[in-house]
Amino acid sequence: MSFLAAQDISIHFGGVKAVQDLSFSVEQGEVFSIVGPNGAGKTTIFNLISRIYDTTKGSIYFKGQDITRLATNQVAQLGIARTFQNIELFENETVLNNLLIGCHVHRQTNLFEEIFFLSRVRQQELQFRHSVEDIIDLLDLQSYRHQLISNLPYGVRKMVEIARALSIKPSLLLLDEPSSGLNPEETEDLSFWLEDINEELGITIIMVEHDMKLVAQSSDRVLAVADGQFITMGKPSEVQSHPDVLRAYLG
Amino acid sequence: MEIFQLIISGISQGCLYGLIALGFVLIYKATEMVNFAQGDLMMLGAYFAITFVTVLEWPFFWSVLATILCMALVGAVLERLLLRPMIGEPHFAVLMLTIGLGFVIRAVAGAVWGSEPKALPVPYSGGVIKLGDSVIGYENVAVVIGTVILCLLVWIFFRFTRIGIAMQAASQNQLAAFYVGIPVKRVYSLVWAISAGIAGLAGVLTAPVSLVDPLIGFVGIKAFAAAIVGGFGSLPGAILGGLLVGLTEQFAGLYLPPGFSEMSAYVLLLIMLIVRPQGIFATMQKKKV
Amino acid sequence: MRFIRKTRYMQDINLIKHSGHLFWYSLLLIALFISPFGMDRFLLGEFSLVFVYAIAGLGLMLLVGYTGLVSLGHAAFLAIGAYTHAYLLHQGIPFFVSLTVASFFSGILGGLIGIPALRMMGIYLAVATLAFSIIVEQVLVHWVSVTGGFQGMSVPKPIVGGHDLSSPYAFYFLCLVILVICIFLTMNLLRSPAGRAMTAVRDSETSAESMGIDLAKTKTLAFALSAALTGLAGALFAHRLTYLAPDAFTIITSIQLLLMVVVGGLGSLHGVIYGAFFIGFFPQVIAIFRDFAPPGIAQIPGLEPAIFGLVLIFFLIYEPLGIYGRWIKIRLYFEEFPLYRKATYKRQKSFLRTERLH
Repeated sequence: MSFLAAQDISIHFGGVKAVQDLSFSVEQGEVFSIVGPNGAGKTTIFNLISRIYDTTKGSIYFKGQDITRLATNQVAQLGIARTFQNIELFENETVLNNLLIGCHVHRQTNLFEEIFFLSRVRQQELQFRHSVEDIIDLLDLQSYRHQLISNLPYGVRKMVEIARALSIKPSLLLLDEPSSGLNPEETEDLSFWLEDINEELGITIIMVEHDMKLVAQSSDRVLAVADGQFITMGKPSEVQSHPDVLRAYLG
Repeated sequence: MEIFQLIISGISQGCLYGLIALGFVLIYKATEMVNFAQGDLMMLGAYFAITFVTVLEWPFFWSVLATILCMALVGAVLERLLLRPMIGEPHFAVLMLTIGLGFVIRAVAGAVWGSEPKALPVPYSGGVIKLGDSVIGYENVAVVIGTVILCLLVWIFFRFTRIGIAMQAASQNQLAAFYVGIPVKRVYSLVWAISAGIAGLAGVLTAPVSLVDPLIGFVGIKAFAAAIVGGFGSLPGAILGGLLVGLTEQFAGLYLPPGFSEMSAYVLLLIMLIVRPQGIFATMQKKKV
Repeated sequence: MRFIRKTRYMQDINLIKHSGHLFWYSLLLIALFISPFGMDRFLLGEFSLVFVYAIAGLGLMLLVGYTGLVSLGHAAFLAIGAYTHAYLLHQGIPFFVSLTVASFFSGILGGLIGIPALRMMGIYLAVATLAFSIIVEQVLVHWVSVTGGFQGMSVPKPIVGGHDLSSPYAFYFLCLVILVICIFLTMNLLRSPAGRAMTAVRDSETSAESMGIDLAKTKTLAFALSAALTGLAGALFAHRLTYLAPDAFTIITSIQLLLMVVVGGLGSLHGVIYGAFFIGFFPQVIAIFRDFAPPGIAQIPGLEPAIFGLVLIFFLIYEPLGIYGRWIKIRLYFEEFPLYRKATYKRQKSFLRTERLH
């Protein structure tokens, strides 16, 4: 049984077939990359897994459970976290609060307890804070803790988004173009962090990425798509030299 | 025959709602701003017309033309002074701003023209068309004819003129429109001018049907409901929504207990929003990520 | 300027962050409890009204400022609270029981109106709430057997355990205590997961959903809590009015409530208090202005709402963060003097963000 398996998934927007009969599976502990030219449907695949879009056909299984018809928020409860291509942080909140919102899936208290802030809520807040602080340490965000997102530079926002996803304590992390907009130095850091997240925290990663160097460095396997269709899948070096992939990029 | 009479008055009233709704939708379509003061602009238009006809004693036709032009000017000035600084601000802020603007217009009208109801004398007043048992006033016919002509003009404008097409472009993607050389700011002023002009015409048409006082602008809320019933952002939808609301009101007034007539527009709106939240002609969707 | 040395996480979680907080807020509270003894009846009444507005404002702020949902119809919940309370008091229900029931009832109705509102976006929601409030207004007019219709209904005196609380002093303290409790509970909500979920929904719905937040639940909850607070304020407001009639709860009232949160400063509880003082006392300022203004200006019908409108326009264009935002800037100016940079709070000009399909 695969960790995450997509079987013949398709989605059509009117006449546009954004993803067509795509099947792939990801094993536990892998770093799995999805590559392809612009408009190939990579982000759409993410939106299908995190249930922002409904699949027209096919099913997705996570740890053997069919998640094809779950609500978006239930997917997060199962331990699938994601980042967004164009950064979707909670702009008017501090970095700390953004991360704490990630802890929401672990909420044990009810509204009544929270309104009176009973000791259980206090304990929970403290516990959330501890786990968030670990992530802040991991990604070196200490100096930004109390800053508003709207005052942060782009590269930091990108990292905060990954941190927020991590605060869900996911077992599967979806990263949508983590390196876009980062300078070479930041990209370098990113590849180390990806390794840490994958190996130390034991989180399986699926990422959509354009930077082939980063892909080759970090990923175990790569899936190439074009026009919503499967091209090839395999080791980074194999995929990079696959004739169909070259054709898809060069047209 | 009573039903026929109801349909006629429903259509006539509905056209008025539709005209105001058209103004809402035009501004929304081009600028994504919601102008809650549209009803008050209509009130202002009615007062302009009354002033031209009764105080300056201009001929009716020229008064109407002058009203529309004056209102267009008012619209452009409002846009330049108040709305342009709000480009890019949240919709809610613009909504609040125009609500505030409505209060100011009402007070200004009250200060200039007083709060007693005034009438607009028109050359066609008092005349009726008899169809079987039903009687249709010329004023009501004028409303329908005026609406039809206006709709035709708006359609031609958006379909065939360069600036009309530019406006559509600006409404779909402001930044892109700006890059291809469309003067987005001028388009905004123009759209406000047109929409205020339409409000002026609605004022002229409504004044003979009902008396004018500074509070008639509240009819704008009903027209707003009509615009949403039709699907905010669709021009035919605005007229259709207006007609629906007008007809519902007439029938609710006859068949249901008192109070339901005033409520019917809003009940219709709520039902519409629950059954089909996007309105008849949908134009909104969730943000893309 | 103050530098706070943090040694425990609890310092971030506690409501009182440092000794300065403790000092100033205690001082304020003491002042509020002592000062009535130096006030005349009129001023006491005005202060009680401000407290009532602030309770309603807390409710509206929770919805508009923290969850990002706009309501143009909150007067309806004020009315529901007021009428329910008055009706129950007429039936001989004890004061505090009636107050609680009125607030709960309003909250439940708020939750119900929130359910269809879940699928609506921005402007649609605003208009749906507006429609709801107009329907409520019509019900108040036509359901004569309960509401008294246009005639209205009287409000029994607030009597608790045989003590009449309708004297200006007693009512001042009643409103103040209830307001302080409400602020405390709201602050608790905002520092716990449910409150954070609301701000998440405000800033990005898509993102909130992918973080495991149930949009429907959060929005319904925000509506219900908001309506409950506003209903509670309505019940107190009923005692202030002493006689209820439908024309006290129109769209103008709703807009006045919105004005309070916008002028006060969206997204801050301080803003609610500033806003409540603004809409509580500004009419007095206008009244004084009328006495001095030439009769031509003073007699204009609708002068008060028009001035409110002008103030609103001014704030939206020049100070969208409201009075609280202005206060923060002034404070920062003095803290950083002479290093304050004008650009600190400069707004970035942005192009319009579309919500549309084509």
